[in-house]
Amino acid sequence: MSTHTENLKVEHAVTPDARLNSLDLLESEAIHIIREVVAEFERPALLFSGGKDSVVMLHLATKAFWPGKVPFPVLHVDTGHNFPEVIDFRDRTVERLGLKLVVGSVQEFIDSGELAERADGTRNPLQTVPLLDAIAKNKFDAVFGGGRRDEDKARAKERILSLRDEFGQWDPRNQRPELWNLYNGRHTVGQHVRAFPISNWTELDVWRYIAREGIELPGLYYAHDREVYARDGMWRAVGPVSEPRADEQVITKTVRYRTVGDMSCTGAVASDAATVHDVVREVAASTLTERGATRADDRISEAAMEDRKKDGYF
Amino acid sequence: MSNSDTPLAGLDEFEADFSSSTLFRFATAGSVDDGKSTLVGRLLHDSKAILADTLDAVARTSADRGFGGEGAEGVQKIDLALLTDGLRAEREQGITIDVAYRYFATDRRSFILADCPGHVQYTKNTVTGASTADAVVVLIDARKGVLEQTRRHMSVLRLLRVPHVVVAVNKIDLVGFSEDIFTTIAADVQRVGAELGLDDVLVVPVSALEGDNVVDRSTNTPWYTGPSLLDVLETLPSTDDLERGLEPFRFPVQLVVRPQGALAPELAAAADGGAAFRDYRAYAGQVASGSVSVGDAITVQPSGRTTTVVGIDFAGVELQKAVAPQSVSLRLADEIDIARGDLIAASGTFAEATQDLYAELCWLSPKPLREGSKVLIKHGSRTVQGLIRAVTGKLDLDTFREEPASGLDLNDIGSAQIRLASPLPVENYAGHRRTGAFLVIDPQDGNTLAAGLVKDHPGDHEDERYVI
Repeated sequence: MSTHTENLKVEHAVTPDARLNSLDLLESEAIHIIREVVAEFERPALLFSGGKDSVVMLHLATKAFWPGKVPFPVLHVDTGHNFPEVIDFRDRTVERLGLKLVVGSVQEFIDSGELAERADGTRNPLQTVPLLDAIAKNKFDAVFGGGRRDEDKARAKERILSLRDEFGQWDPRNQRPELWNLYNGRHTVGQHVRAFPISNWTELDVWRYIAREGIELPGLYYAHDREVYARDGMWRAVGPVSEPRADEQVITKTVRYRTVGDMSCTGAVASDAATVHDVVREVAASTLTERGATRADDRISEAAMEDRKKDGYF
Repeated sequence: MSNSDTPLAGLDEFEADFSSSTLFRFATAGSVDDGKSTLVGRLLHDSKAILADTLDAVARTSADRGFGGEGAEGVQKIDLALLTDGLRAEREQGITIDVAYRYFATDRRSFILADCPGHVQYTKNTVTGASTADAVVVLIDARKGVLEQTRRHMSVLRLLRVPHVVVAVNKIDLVGFSEDIFTTIAADVQRVGAELGLDDVLVVPVSALEGDNVVDRSTNTPWYTGPSLLDVLETLPSTDDLERGLEPFRFPVQLVVRPQGALAPELAAAADGGAAFRDYRAYAGQVASGSVSVGDAITVQPSGRTTTVVGIDFAGVELQKAVAPQSVSLRLADEIDIARGDLIAASGTFAEATQDLYAELCWLSPKPLREGSKVLIKHGSRTVQGLIRAVTGKLDLDTFREEPASGLDLNDIGSAQIRLASPLPVENYAGHRRTGAFLVIDPQDGNTLAAGLVKDHPGDHEDERYVI
């Protein structure tokens, strides 16, 4: 799937006397935060799903520690309903960078009876328990995430370093003020910190950065033909965990994914954007938010993300 | 899925435009009553930052609450303030609890907006939002004019040395677009600004609800010849430009990069097996101010040792020069002892590190400050212990004078003398926003207690302490 980016050359705007543009500034801020967390925490880890935001995070980490390797493991909470090509991409990336991969498995928790399948079949909300379990078992004290403040109104209020208690809970009313570029990572035993170095990026910034840096992504971010059916105003892929009902007509359509989550709740959008530059143009012209267009889990209520975050979600 | 185009070679106009767009950070200060949420909603809405599904949801809620009825074309008018609604508790109580960050872009700039609530803990929120801002927009209700709160906001902004203060006189429609009322308020603003030492305060008459002078100049205010609010925000110089141009080079060391055996796999797999990087040693950090070039003489604080920059690396690219706020790694001519927390500065621009700190503190915690308390001080990339020797005064935000005090409570601003366990390379905040700022941290629970701004030692003069 590297065809999308193989012709891209990294072009740095950081030449002498050049003006720093907004991507340079966002990149510099993110690298500063990543280095601060690595310097101040004992056991950081990076949440890596193969989704574009986590791929960008990993790319930033390789730049932050060059010529050394990324000095922390990556953690994936596998719902068991992931797109096979994304899992394949995840494994190749981890291999290429020589990283350790820790997997928290939703399926194992369901098999052991610690978690029950939801009536609506979506497994995204079920990720919290395996996530907290993996954090506790591996004694991770800082977990990097690719969360962005433009994604959701709850995220708009979350700090770049977000303190979580023993239960992984976020307390929006009791957050530390975040001043200048001085990040306070102090925490007590049992607490950990979620770090969001690309908090200030928008979806368009992420795509422009992917284009500029020539970052490889799983192929389903680009237009391809797929068997789909319409549900809840989204195109859902036909697959083992997303069977159409008798009244839902399956058609072959040219689609791409704007977000890559659990197959049971992530929808595709009709799109002809086959290259990264097509996608940049498409995102710039889009009239729908990324989550509104593609995520059933955020449609449950007005405060869906806020509620999940309070319970320890990403 | 062919990829016949060669993406960067084929950069179209759209991308080329973007590559020159810069980032501008601003904050808003004001209360719900001033129409701040509506103003923020208006900026987001008129700059097309609000997408259709969000707008639909807001229109539905507006209709449910019976807001404004239908507009001219039978389209539901929307309550713009709903666009900035955040958390459940905020919607339930109709208040804003915390700073929210919002994003929008025009052809010229990408904006990061820190939307700071006014009523609840206004000092805490304003200090937080203003600490990273290139500009702050203070809202005034045209019907009320300059209030105590306006003064307080402006005092805090002066203290934090926010580069630009813009005052939006809102609800100008509710005073019949009166030039007289605007002129009186603008004069009051300038008087307060002059008292506080804020020069360069811009005053714009706006109606956030109707959109006058927010994005486009309004025909309702023909007597106003200045720019619209968005024009102002698009053209003010950003802090990064200022820090790059004016200030001496400062670089807090975050990490020592010495990969040795742990090289990136693609470098280890190179023909030489990574031999080129076997003895690699560089100091990673973000340029806090000024710029550095290969060949520059630098001095490390607090050790005072001096050497020369022989290389500036950024992820495999060798640079000749780095400017604030770039994150880079510096290679130096001599192997001197440098660790995280040290400050690399242009030689000849720094006097010495100190163990006695005189500072202004914006107290942000419900746990009060008392003389004799032990705290942690985080400055740059270094954290040291500190002892609060004395609280020397508390600022009266109405008179901008210091009154005697022996402690500070939540939202107080005061002065203190702090003894440090080891020296810190601090500078006067008024002249050096990055190296003059620090956090006061509670050693027990790790919470941030205060924002600290370094002052000159009593009796010191700026020009004697800093040899440039």
